[in-house]
Amino acid sequence: METSDKLIQVKNIKKYYNQGAIKALDGVTVDVNRGDVMVIIGRSGSGKSTLLRSLNLLEEPTDGSIIFEGVDITSKKDANGKKLDIDLHRQKMGMVFQHFNLFPHKTILQNMTVAPIKVKGIPQAEAEKKAMELLDRVGLADRAGAYPIQLSGGQKQRVAIVRALAMEPDVMLFDEPTSALDPEMVGEVLDVMKKLAQTGMTMVVVTHEMGFAREVGNRVIFMDEGKILEEGTPDAIFNHPQSPRLQDFLSKVLY
Amino acid sequence: MNFAVIGQNIVKLWLKYWDKFLITGMEYTLSLAALTVFFGAIIGSMIALMRMSKIPPLRWIAAVYTELIRGTPMLLQLYLFYFALPQLIPFLNRKQYLCVAIALICNSAAYVSEIIRSGIQAVDIGQTEAARSLGMSKSLTMTEIILPQAVKNILPALCNEFIMITKDTSLASTFFIGDLMTQVLLVKGATYLTFEPLVIAAAIYFVVTFILSKLVALLERRMRRGDIR
Repeated sequence: METSDKLIQVKNIKKYYNQGAIKALDGVTVDVNRGDVMVIIGRSGSGKSTLLRSLNLLEEPTDGSIIFEGVDITSKKDANGKKLDIDLHRQKMGMVFQHFNLFPHKTILQNMTVAPIKVKGIPQAEAEKKAMELLDRVGLADRAGAYPIQLSGGQKQRVAIVRALAMEPDVMLFDEPTSALDPEMVGEVLDVMKKLAQTGMTMVVVTHEMGFAREVGNRVIFMDEGKILEEGTPDAIFNHPQSPRLQDFLSKVLY
Repeated sequence: MNFAVIGQNIVKLWLKYWDKFLITGMEYTLSLAALTVFFGAIIGSMIALMRMSKIPPLRWIAAVYTELIRGTPMLLQLYLFYFALPQLIPFLNRKQYLCVAIALICNSAAYVSEIIRSGIQAVDIGQTEAARSLGMSKSLTMTEIILPQAVKNILPALCNEFIMITKDTSLASTFFIGDLMTQVLLVKGATYLTFEPLVIAAAIYFVVTFILSKLVALLERRMRRGDIR
């Protein structure tokens, strides 16, 4: 199949509010290839978060389609004409949120095992072993029994990342993962993401961290008013911006 | 009539009828309140789920029910159920206690459904998003993630509803079903004293609800000690 390396194909999606009065997304078409680290940048309100949240249908697009691993997940029906089970596809897309969204009533270990056990049916012992390995990878194995409230922001976000990884996703979506962190904690989270990128994980990252975009990303997308205005390698975007909008944006965020 | 006489009468009444007030009366009052809140919570949960449902007719039915119950006086509802139910359901003929209980339950269910709905909706939307993004189904998200957190919002409010209902059961004395207020009426009939039995009943209501509300406050404090996000 010629599209085999295309993990996600976004085809002309639109997201309108108030009967089109507000156009959060206004016709976005883009492919995410396997192994890509795609960084989406833009002003707040440019639609970058909406685009990311559309990928796993946390936002349902008003129009257009999203093909994930060959399946049109925006369609109500699957290939066999049955009702499409979005949960099945979401298992393959990990997501990390700005505000971590750890489950406060569960320990760190339970946070990480609840979905593997209850959704995938993995035996508890196995799920816990895997969770401990992941926690160890981000240096938090000793906090497995703690509750989220006992962790710092940076620790919470590292847990949120490995919680998503525990489902063994094919792609990881990051929605401004460092925006709610104190400055001194941004580094530890970006570090984890960088290491993750080095393992070959496909990642789509909405961020204001231009350093990360430049260093780790292999593709950068600049969004403006619900459209992709410019797309290219970090070098092209940051060193040779074409549109005045992007030039203006960069002059404000780069020092 | 002066304070000394009233005081003496209260003591006399208390000594003679204390078991009627404290045992018989409170037994009916508290059992009715417990019954009401228990079944009110079950039916209220169902109404709350209907109100948050994706199917519009279910939402409408639940909304109309809640608004009707909240928009009419409880005493009127009691009359309605007391007189209408036995006509509609022969089984309930001459079962006054049951009719009153059903009326209270239907009333409480409406209020409880709002308590539960707001308790669930008060849980951060990010929790749902995180759970769904992990591939958890809607129902699994509800039972594993949302409800355990919502309980912290719901339980104290539910206990307060129990306190309210404990007081509201006094309305049921209209039908002489044996609660504390009924005992007041009975004692009044037997002794021709009105003021004194009322004072005794007021004291009992107050002590019971005061203790209950202190317990709820304690419960609330313990729950808040737990976790936020």
